Amino acid sequence: MFQIPCPHCGLRNVAEFRHAGERRPRPDPRTATPEQWRSYLYTYDNHADWTRETWYHRLGCRRYIGVERHTVTNEIRPVS
Amino acid sequence: MSPLATHRLDPQPGELLDRSRPLSFTFEGNPYTGFAGDSIASALAAAGVRVFSRSFKYHRPRGILTASHLDPGCTVQVGDEPNVRAAARGLAEGMAVHAQNAWPSLRLDVRAANGVVGRFLTAGFYYKTFMAPQRLWPAYERVLGTFAPGGRMSGAVDTLAEYDQRYAHPDVVVAGGGPAGMGAALAAAQAGAEVMLVEQEHELGGHLRWGGPAELVLLQDLRAAVAAAPGIEVLLDSVVVGRFDGNWLSIVQRDLPHVEERLIKARAAALVVAPGLVERPYVFAGNDLPGVMLGTAVRRLINLYAVRPGTQAVVLTANPEGDAGVADLQRAGVEVAAVLDARRGEDLRRALGRGGVTGVETADGRRVACDTVVTSIGWTAPTSLLNMAGDRPWYDPSAARFRPSDDLPEGVLAAGGISGDGTVEELVEHGRSVGAAAAAGHGAAGRPAALPVRAHPERFRASTHGIVDYSEDVSSKDIIAAAAEGYDSSELVKRYTTATMGPSQGKLETVNTVAVLAEATGRPIADLGTTVWRPPYAPISLGALAGRVHEPVRHSPMQPWHEAHGAAQLIAGAWIRPDHYGDPQAEARGVREAVGIIDVTPLGKLDLRGPDVPKLLNLVYVNKWSKLAEGSVRYGVMCAEDGVVMDDGVTGRLGSERYLMSTTSSGAATVWEHLENWLQTEHPDWQVHVTPLTTYYASINVAGPRSRELLARVTEGIDLSPEAFPYMRVRTGRIAGVDECLMWRIGFTGELSYELHVPASYGLQAWEALLSVGADLGCAAFGVEAQRILRLEKGHLIVGQDTDGLTRAYDAALGPMVKLDKDDFVGRPELFWQEQLGEQTRLVALQPVDGTIVPAEASQIVRRNAIVGRITSSRMSPTLGRSVCLGYVEVGLAEPGTVVTVLLPDGRRIAAAVQPQLAHVDPEGERLRA
Repeated sequence: MFQIPCPHCGLRNVAEFRHAGERRPRPDPRTATPEQWRSYLYTYDNHADWTRETWYHRLGCRRYIGVERHTVTNEIRPVS
Repeated sequence: MSPLATHRLDPQPGELLDRSRPLSFTFEGNPYTGFAGDSIASALAAAGVRVFSRSFKYHRPRGILTASHLDPGCTVQVGDEPNVRAAARGLAEGMAVHAQNAWPSLRLDVRAANGVVGRFLTAGFYYKTFMAPQRLWPAYERVLGTFAPGGRMSGAVDTLAEYDQRYAHPDVVVAGGGPAGMGAALAAAQAGAEVMLVEQEHELGGHLRWGGPAELVLLQDLRAAVAAAPGIEVLLDSVVVGRFDGNWLSIVQRDLPHVEERLIKARAAALVVAPGLVERPYVFAGNDLPGVMLGTAVRRLINLYAVRPGTQAVVLTANPEGDAGVADLQRAGVEVAAVLDARRGEDLRRALGRGGVTGVETADGRRVACDTVVTSIGWTAPTSLLNMAGDRPWYDPSAARFRPSDDLPEGVLAAGGISGDGTVEELVEHGRSVGAAAAAGHGAAGRPAALPVRAHPERFRASTHGIVDYSEDVSSKDIIAAAAEGYDSSELVKRYTTATMGPSQGKLETVNTVAVLAEATGRPIADLGTTVWRPPYAPISLGALAGRVHEPVRHSPMQPWHEAHGAAQLIAGAWIRPDHYGDPQAEARGVREAVGIIDVTPLGKLDLRGPDVPKLLNLVYVNKWSKLAEGSVRYGVMCAEDGVVMDDGVTGRLGSERYLMSTTSSGAATVWEHLENWLQTEHPDWQVHVTPLTTYYASINVAGPRSRELLARVTEGIDLSPEAFPYMRVRTGRIAGVDECLMWRIGFTGELSYELHVPASYGLQAWEALLSVGADLGCAAFGVEAQRILRLEKGHLIVGQDTDGLTRAYDAALGPMVKLDKDDFVGRPELFWQEQLGEQTRLVALQPVDGTIVPAEASQIVRRNAIVGRITSSRMSPTLGRSVCLGYVEVGLAEPGTVVTVLLPDGRRIAAAVQPQLAHVDPEGERLRA
């Protein structure tokens, strides 16, 4: 189980967090086409590389935090 | 009793036995005795037992091979416990031991006929023979299942209480308590580290324990030093079974006084892997006959258990440890009929015999009679834990084994025999330097170098074919056949032949598998590489994994009352709730006719404050919230971004910038996270503060035509008249002597009803006061089941019961709630498109034509054989005296009066009529608004 350095609580087990997914902008709901909206909902880049993600520290500070994680090694670095 | 009960030797210097404590046990129903300190296998071997089991596929007789945890032939049933490793489990008084896979008996195994037709059971046999035609697979599976390995279980489930869990945060975990492991633990502890020293056997020492006098002296010194060192926790009969990211380790500990096993989850700064070496079997014809053993097995039996392994032995040796085995055999009075030295090119051809060894044929054609064949032909470094950390071992032909790489991941170190060869003093010294580095938190730079290796003959297979994987009954021929069929890599041959997939997980088998594959493909062993080792390192029980559950349980402050009044408990997520108090139908009738109270404390309650709360409500609910007046409450529906109904509940405005949102009981945590997500990530500029109050309040719903009359008796400072306190309003006041209670007038049950939120510590007081002052009104408690009946009569949906992960708002007949003229709200685009295209199915109320039938929930609604809907809720209605349902039908069938066909789980088809509206009872809502 890898660990995530929470900016508020320090280094904690990943089990304390909920993975809230890749960080992606929400399309404008008034103008988005179904293709754009469903791409936002369902299509993930899922790179085997560094990804920008949101994690929710549900058993800690209860803040949503931005994290950069390498999906192969689970290395974590602060969002640049 | 066996006539050969003369295999017990006189006391040996390093023996584990307490000869003052004889133990009685049975094997296959026959009585035996051993001593405290014996393993099951050693006690049986001392009594002359040589056959312990039948093999997996060919049902060949099997005996002791390694005399260790890994012994593939020594898996037995002990009482109710299957798959016990007899060479590792300590003997206990009264054990009833049985062989596994030996129907009808160990001596006469009818399935050994498989051996005769063995050529049909070659690699891929199951894949090729039983896959087609597919419709016959269930029949194949039934027949093959009776041949499958494994013991028997009683099926009793109360044993979970006997498993434990623990979390630990040691600085250094040392996996392996041999000379290097003890050295590492000592050095790390001297440097101030907290150390966990984990040893798979029942005592520390590793191979020192079966060494000569000098090794035994060193062993005593090391053990004494470990015992005296502060900061070393020694775990015996325990094993590090997995290494995960960040040195998160799973350790299974046995040999505990009060529990069977304990799963330790440890976060270690450093992991020192010091398992020593595992002796590798040799591949030759007859290498699985009872009586064929490894050199270490012989040395364990003689030195640890004072058991003479046989009477007449032939030894094949390639290393000094094998030579020491010869000396041990001679000391134990075994006649060593021949020693074949692999370093001089000598070799075995085959072992002779049927039920056990009767002799050998050497490579040069000599036949030598013997009852024991001993091989010491090489070593395997059990690198599993290092592989789990990402390391890939490399093949060193000079040592004839795979070795860990030089650049192990940070925080992971290898010590002792796994690293290289040395004298016992050199192994201890290597352990010390590695332990010191581990305690100092050195990365790769400060890591001590690996030990050098000594030259070792590279010998894997004789000129004949034999068993490569004893657990899976895979022979070298199978591997060659697999390679010929194109399965020519280590990973493919593993999957095709199942070699290395047995309980020892490749520690005995992998290198021989790869070596035979190298032979078959003409590629070097180094190019083929090993398969990837994954957790668990050793077999572990499911009980250890299931273990003790640390999940908290929630109940309301009124729980003591519920228990005292015979409540049937309902587990709802983390909550325990009263399902009913004996007769839910009567409880529901009581609400319709008089008044009832229900404990709804688990209902989610979120305090929302700030000037921007209306913006948040407009965003997360599909309906509009800008004009909610102070003192009013409104029902809201939340959808996710995909338009799927996520939660519902009422939210009330208590002050100009103060609101209380209620959620479903199961959605409380999810909705809170949902609100925080929108506030923190999309709208950090909005001024809203969310505070969960779910457990701050005890919540009581008072429902029924006489609820106003009841509350008038306990309420102060609130005008309850219908004019002053109409439907969908909220008031604050004093109830049952408790200040600052909230009271909402809402009606999930369809009756005149009030929901009270009382500060939790006064919950029980308020609950008892209501029952006490309402006794003459007929006030009684009702449970979740009665509430479900009442709400179903009223046609109120439950999110998650009457909706699922695909139900969007229009499907759930919530269309009128959705305000598409709002610019934005969560899920708006999907709901906009759904509204344009029209929904496919719709939630409707249904009544079976025969009102005595209550169709099971999830019954299908069908048109001939096509599924056109489903029942989501169904109950017998005490108010109507007939069954009532909610369910989904295709929109074409949603017209009131349509009669649909419901397919019951028992195959019957019944007719049910679609109702004009969702409410079966009081569709006009007169009772609600009374």
